[in-house]
Amino acid sequence: MPPRRTVYLDHSASTPCDPRVVEAMMPYFSEIYGNSSSSHSFGRKAEIAIDDARETIARILNCKPNEVIFTSGGSESDNLAVRGVGWLGRAQGKGAHLITTPVEHSAVSAPIKQMTGIQGFKSTVLPVSSEAWVDPQNLAAALRDDTALVSVIYANNEVGTIAPIPELAEQAHARGTLFHTDAVQAAGQLTLDVEALGVDMMSLSAHKFYGPKGVGALYVREGIDILAAQAGGSHERGRRAGTHNTTFIVGMAKALEIAYAERETRVAHYTAMRDMLIDGILSRVPDAMLTGHREHRLPSHASFIISGVDSSKLMMHLDMRGVAASGGSACKTGNPEPSGVLLAMGFSPEDALGSLRLTVGLHTTQEDIDYAVTAVQESVEKLRTLAKMFSA
Amino acid sequence: MSNTNHTKRVVVAMSGGVDSSVSAALLVEQGYEVIGMMMKLWAEETVDSSCNTHNRCCTPEQLDDARRIADKLGIPFYVLDTKDVFRAYIVEYFLDMHRKALTPNPCIECNRHIRFTWLYENARAIDADYLATGHYARITQDPDGTYQLRKGLNEAKDQSYVLSVLTQEHLAHTMFPIGNYPKPQVREIAARFGLPTASKADSQDLCFLGDGDYRRFLREYAPEALTPGAIVLQDGTQVGEHTGLANYTMGQRKGLNVYGSTPLFVLDSDPTRNVLIVGPREQLGSDDLTAHRVTWTGGSAPDGAIRAHVKIRYKATPSAATVTPLEDGRVHIRFDAPLRDITPGQGAVIYDGDRVMGVGIIERELARGKQSSGLGIASPA
Repeated sequence: MPPRRTVYLDHSASTPCDPRVVEAMMPYFSEIYGNSSSSHSFGRKAEIAIDDARETIARILNCKPNEVIFTSGGSESDNLAVRGVGWLGRAQGKGAHLITTPVEHSAVSAPIKQMTGIQGFKSTVLPVSSEAWVDPQNLAAALRDDTALVSVIYANNEVGTIAPIPELAEQAHARGTLFHTDAVQAAGQLTLDVEALGVDMMSLSAHKFYGPKGVGALYVREGIDILAAQAGGSHERGRRAGTHNTTFIVGMAKALEIAYAERETRVAHYTAMRDMLIDGILSRVPDAMLTGHREHRLPSHASFIISGVDSSKLMMHLDMRGVAASGGSACKTGNPEPSGVLLAMGFSPEDALGSLRLTVGLHTTQEDIDYAVTAVQESVEKLRTLAKMFSA
Repeated sequence: MSNTNHTKRVVVAMSGGVDSSVSAALLVEQGYEVIGMMMKLWAEETVDSSCNTHNRCCTPEQLDDARRIADKLGIPFYVLDTKDVFRAYIVEYFLDMHRKALTPNPCIECNRHIRFTWLYENARAIDADYLATGHYARITQDPDGTYQLRKGLNEAKDQSYVLSVLTQEHLAHTMFPIGNYPKPQVREIAARFGLPTASKADSQDLCFLGDGDYRRFLREYAPEALTPGAIVLQDGTQVGEHTGLANYTMGQRKGLNVYGSTPLFVLDSDPTRNVLIVGPREQLGSDDLTAHRVTWTGGSAPDGAIRAHVKIRYKATPSAATVTPLEDGRVHIRFDAPLRDITPGQGAVIYDGDRVMGVGIIERELARGKQSSGLGIASPA
């Protein structure tokens, strides 16, 4: 018997491409196919499309077009920011100390781990609260004269907590240090005004806001030098080599434009759905606990620890019922590892293996939420019964 | 319930190999709602040339194969982390048995505790009506409703020995879709469904060993099972030294390094004294055994002594015997002719033709005081 309904509640993993975005992209597959670096008419048409996209994005970021670098997505943007500033900064003798948090996306933490592991960098990992909150005072205390970069995630992907970015950036700037934020989850829901946020660099990824996968951007404030992490041609003013993906760049700009034109209604819808979801899970699933911050929370994001439940099995049960969720320790290989984010927030490894993330989207309805909450409730009941059988 | 297949949900235990893939394909074709599951079992990790660690069993390649096959068949596929329970029930059991100088059959225990308990319950928890596996065995139903486990049609591939621990409840909810086919035909079916048929070695080794060397594994995980001690004759005369009881098998002659005028064979071992007992050919072999942890696969225990054929290890030929249930639930088996390699810890599987009647785990002769006293056999009715 196939599931009665399919409910997609994994919008933090990815969103469907908006039909208006698809439409905007269509001409750039087979009609306007020139290489934007070419000087002939075919190339110029592509270049103009890219320039337009850059201007659209710059308007939403409240920055200059030349401050936007196109990349292949959020991970590349994060890598470029951390390595680009770190490598050049050290080469210029500006210091090789990096500050980050234990709740960063691995696209920030992994390159830092490489840099400290084999390239002689030093790093400080700031403490976080049990709600994954980063206290600006802790940053102030950790900053050193040789700190080259501070990187703090804007809205956490696992638990949805929104960091106090303006306050954190202010602390960094007070010590003359650059500040980067990974805004991949925040984009489409929170302000991306770089002046209001005070950030020097910011990473975006299109498929989180109803754009295509495989394209992203890195904002880099004018006057900041970075070394190309991917070297080659002189694209993006020598900061990111590789032929422009004109089609997807056009798509990303369109998606961001729509997202910010409709932001107010979207966020109101996300918030209503999310709160219904949180209330439903907490009231109907025994021993379920909300993770992350209750107020400083991404509007689309609900995350829980369901104690005594193996989240990889919960994902299977929910999938059987047509509900797409995320287990936090996303794992298709049968080797679940507790999430480092949850461990840093002070949860035990056992609890961390019972995490559940449900993220709502544009098309989520009240019926979806009702169905999903019931599915979670019933699946958890079954899994707890099962766990008891083998707990001896 | 109605007898239409369309509403029945079947979980297929998939391994990425041809047998379980064809099982899944046949069930899809028969109209069942099929769900693929693969257990990620505990195994020693080995490190490849790219410094990636892999378990020898359930490798990323096997996971990918199974996932791809499931996609091709249009069925959901899930990988279940089974490591902790497998380690607790199977690996620890394997080590414990060797510490007691017994020779376990982990496949029997895996079917008992993991596949047909843990996986079975996980399948039932998603409302599956059946658990299917790619084993070569068959299940039939008697007119009175009793389920019977039978050998696979292809006797050379028959796996009923390791499935003999299934109970009536399990048999009622288990399917072996390829039990009616010989292996060459299974490959043809695989080809018909467009499934990969690459021959994967039917491993005789234990799946959780990194390199297939169980003695090395014991040295690492249960060194106490390999404590050197004396080799003695039945009268207690020491004739040599052994390197650890787990290193020897029943009836073994070579590699004993004992002094004696006649060839000596391993007769038994006594873990309480850590001695290996050897003797001349005349003392080798036995015409009876007792077994415990008995499952009467085909329903209930017989009322008294019965004639049957008994397999004392996976690859043994069934031997004619008289089987007598004991009052305490154990079973006594007397063979028509002596066997020289009855090995404590292995399963004794009782057959009536192709039908599995039951199974018990062979006990150590010393434990039942064979030389000294009676056997406490229940008198045949």
